[in-house]
Amino acid sequence: MRPPKATSPSGAESVSLRLTAKDFKTDQEVRWCPGCGDYAILAAVQGFMPELGIPKERIVFVSGIGCSSRFPYYMDTYGLHSIHGRAPAIATGLSVTRPDLQVWVVTGDGDALSIGGNHLIHALRRNVNFKILLFNNRIYGLTKGQYSPTSELGKITKSTPAGSADSPFNPISLALGAEASFVARTIDSDRKHLQQVLRAAAAHEGSAFVEIYQNCNIFNDGAFDLLKEPDTRDEALIRLDHGQPITFGKDGEWCVVHPPGGFGLEVRETASVAAEEIVAHDETVAEPAYAFALSRLPGTGLAHTPIGVFRKVDRPSYDNLVRAQVDAAKAQVTDPEAELAGLLNSGDTWTMS
Amino acid sequence: MTKQVRQLDRVVIRFAGDSGDGMQLTGDRFTSETAQLGNDISTLPNFPAEIRAPAGTLPGVSSFQVHFADFDILTPGDAPNVLVAMNPAALKANLADLPRGADIIVNTDEFSTRNLTKVGYSTNPLEDGSLDSYALHPVALTSMTVAALAAHDVSKKDAERAKNMFALGLLSWLYSRPHESTIGFLQRKFAARPELAEANVAAFRAGWNFGETTEDFGVRYEVKPASMPAGNYRNITGNVALALGLVAAGVRSRLPVFLGAYPITPASDILHELSKHKRFGVTTMQAEDEIAAVGAALGASYGGSLGVTTTSGPGVALKGETISLAIALELPLIVVDVQRAGPSTGMPTKTEQADLNMALYGRHGEAPAAVIAPRSPADCFFAALDAARIALTYRTPVLLLSDGYIANGSEPWLLPDVAELPDLRVDFASEPNGPDGKSFLPYLRDPTTLARPWAVPGTPGLQHRIGGLEKADKTGDISYDPANHDFMVRTRAARIEAIEVPDVEVEDPDETARVLVLGWGSTYGPIGAACRAMRQRGLTIAQAHLRHLNPMPKNLASVLSRYERVVIPEMNLGQLAHVIRARYLVDAIPYNQVRGLPFSATELESMLEEVVKNA
Repeated sequence: MRPPKATSPSGAESVSLRLTAKDFKTDQEVRWCPGCGDYAILAAVQGFMPELGIPKERIVFVSGIGCSSRFPYYMDTYGLHSIHGRAPAIATGLSVTRPDLQVWVVTGDGDALSIGGNHLIHALRRNVNFKILLFNNRIYGLTKGQYSPTSELGKITKSTPAGSADSPFNPISLALGAEASFVARTIDSDRKHLQQVLRAAAAHEGSAFVEIYQNCNIFNDGAFDLLKEPDTRDEALIRLDHGQPITFGKDGEWCVVHPPGGFGLEVRETASVAAEEIVAHDETVAEPAYAFALSRLPGTGLAHTPIGVFRKVDRPSYDNLVRAQVDAAKAQVTDPEAELAGLLNSGDTWTMS
Repeated sequence: MTKQVRQLDRVVIRFAGDSGDGMQLTGDRFTSETAQLGNDISTLPNFPAEIRAPAGTLPGVSSFQVHFADFDILTPGDAPNVLVAMNPAALKANLADLPRGADIIVNTDEFSTRNLTKVGYSTNPLEDGSLDSYALHPVALTSMTVAALAAHDVSKKDAERAKNMFALGLLSWLYSRPHESTIGFLQRKFAARPELAEANVAAFRAGWNFGETTEDFGVRYEVKPASMPAGNYRNITGNVALALGLVAAGVRSRLPVFLGAYPITPASDILHELSKHKRFGVTTMQAEDEIAAVGAALGASYGGSLGVTTTSGPGVALKGETISLAIALELPLIVVDVQRAGPSTGMPTKTEQADLNMALYGRHGEAPAAVIAPRSPADCFFAALDAARIALTYRTPVLLLSDGYIANGSEPWLLPDVAELPDLRVDFASEPNGPDGKSFLPYLRDPTTLARPWAVPGTPGLQHRIGGLEKADKTGDISYDPANHDFMVRTRAARIEAIEVPDVEVEDPDETARVLVLGWGSTYGPIGAACRAMRQRGLTIAQAHLRHLNPMPKNLASVLSRYERVVIPEMNLGQLAHVIRARYLVDAIPYNQVRGLPFSATELESMLEEVVKNA
């Protein structure tokens, strides 16, 4: 493992670090099942990290519980494997108090949307400055096969032998409902797309919510085949590209338009609409409603699944707002011990002699 | 007319009225005036959980008891000498606590048939002779206030509201209190509305003048200043003292303080107080729930801050899993539990000390944490500093058990010298500590403290991963090895046992006592008052009070063995007694009450006297 080049004591990036993917591997044997989608995600993240130019010691991965959450053990950064559903809460305390660190939260569909749902929506509402990677395999893997909040209605699993009575969350819609300032989806089998989305997320100031479709080959194999198989993926996947008209299909024969007289978005044959009717994707729309409409295109299935960056807007981060208050107050104090003495000696005081 | 002036050595006054009558404010201001004069003081606010119960009903009664004296006192007083009752409900709710001959000052304007019926009086107690054994002082408080403010530019409603200031003025005259602080307070409080400031000051003066002129109050009282050690004093409640202790911990450790908290009675005031002190590098976060609050605090500790969370019993129950994680991660974390009556929602504004079991044992697995408990409002400051010392030195969660009584009660506090507060600076890990000189072993322990090195993210070369899974000794890698788990469980327990705590002190002036009364938390005052009274009557008794519940002081075993009887009064069903019996094989005698109120010193005195006589 090659050590990074020296940085100045203040940590300023005055020299390029020249890290490689290998620098981010640890000595731990990776224990995911052979064939798990998590390997691809790990490789993509390790491959991407060097281009950030951030020293490894300033990167932290905070995870919850689940197969997803074993991730930190395999990254040679600081890592915290915490408890089920609580990673966003724990990472908030870290992120707010350590502006010098880049914080990543790794979670799963159960960890983030079941037990962790509350912390997730509040983190997004606050716009805490960390990047959330939600590995969605539509099942509970680590506990061996129960259904999850993203499993389809009627799914037969160990805990639902008669079929699940739960309708699933759409994580993108949920994140947009919480008004997340950055929302994206990508897929474990497309490394280039994964890294592209990671790049955009890393550059975003505030919460970056990234849903990653991930295949659990043991308990829910093939859940995303429609989006991966050569004969179905072109019609099933909608690749979002900021500024570009939204078309898809092998020859762009499908597009996304506003329904006449209605609201939202729908899919139409490109040949049947005028070119100017085709919606050009705009990540920066202020109101989440546009991105929300995009997220509704698949309905309850996977056909017409958009991937890429749905939304990317600028909003002050919780971290900056909180720290600004503390920093402004601290700036008025030169001698904390004297200030403390003054604080103790305030209020209803009197002297006995 | 010149009034007689009589000297008293102590007085207990209870102000009682509707939640909307401003009794807490009145009590606070009287306390402030009394502090200015230099009496020793102890207070007990007593208010309902609801924000505003229906006016004039029993559930809506709010009261404030203040005990002041020309000598050192320990409790807010078992029973009031004076009851100020602003309405029939306040009279009914408090009458049973009054000894014969006590003074009762009532607001006669509120004793209408309707109000009497609301609380179940079929006849008017002011007229039917039922109060003949008390010294009754009927005062038309509301109408006199309104009349006094006739020339002022305020609405009738605002004038009526000022009746609590009339009452304060009357009581301030009656006990010869200095009133400059009250006038100043009113002017500051109503600075944005000068007409209200003037009206309230006028109401205060009207009450004062009423006392001076009316024949009903023929005697005026004085309580001389107490002789207290020289120094600067501040009247302080437990919650504020605790908050200041946390600020001090941040300054003395040079670490930023991070508070994650969720509003909950009776702990919310700590969040409010700390949120005012950002200039000390204190960050406060009102999280979305109790678990997020402690999670954020733990995340901040992971990053090198002093992480704190404050709550009451129900919150600690929710935080259990995260505290267990902190125990596995061996990171500093202060968990403040301002105890209240339980179980479940219980009685949010009433005190109790029934969370000891939860603090000691309330996590799954073998999950030991340090536990400490302050004994009085001012002691909360020092307990907070001690919690920080333990958390930072040993990298462990510390549960600090306060309670509603000392959180809201107040007493004079001799202000400490900042330079004499403990030095809490921490040495963060900065170098590899492995035998090869290159690797970092996050669980390679200090041989004395058994604490692991604290390497915060951002430290070059020390990258490592930790988590809740069991980990191998020294390396911190995930380990399911049987011998390792046994070793780690025992080592975590040993680290807590190894925490240095001072020996427990025993107060036994004659050194001949055969009975020891042992307490923890806020029972210190009532127990102390009981022991003092007993010694004044020639009985011998020893008193010891535990600040450290886990680990316990090393000398406790030998202390317990010196006495024939050990009595443990607690506001629970015997939680400390259970621990003492189990750990020390001592036949400790529990004495318990769970009324949502502090012990009465007289009650403890009788009980202890019985034990002493039979020992």
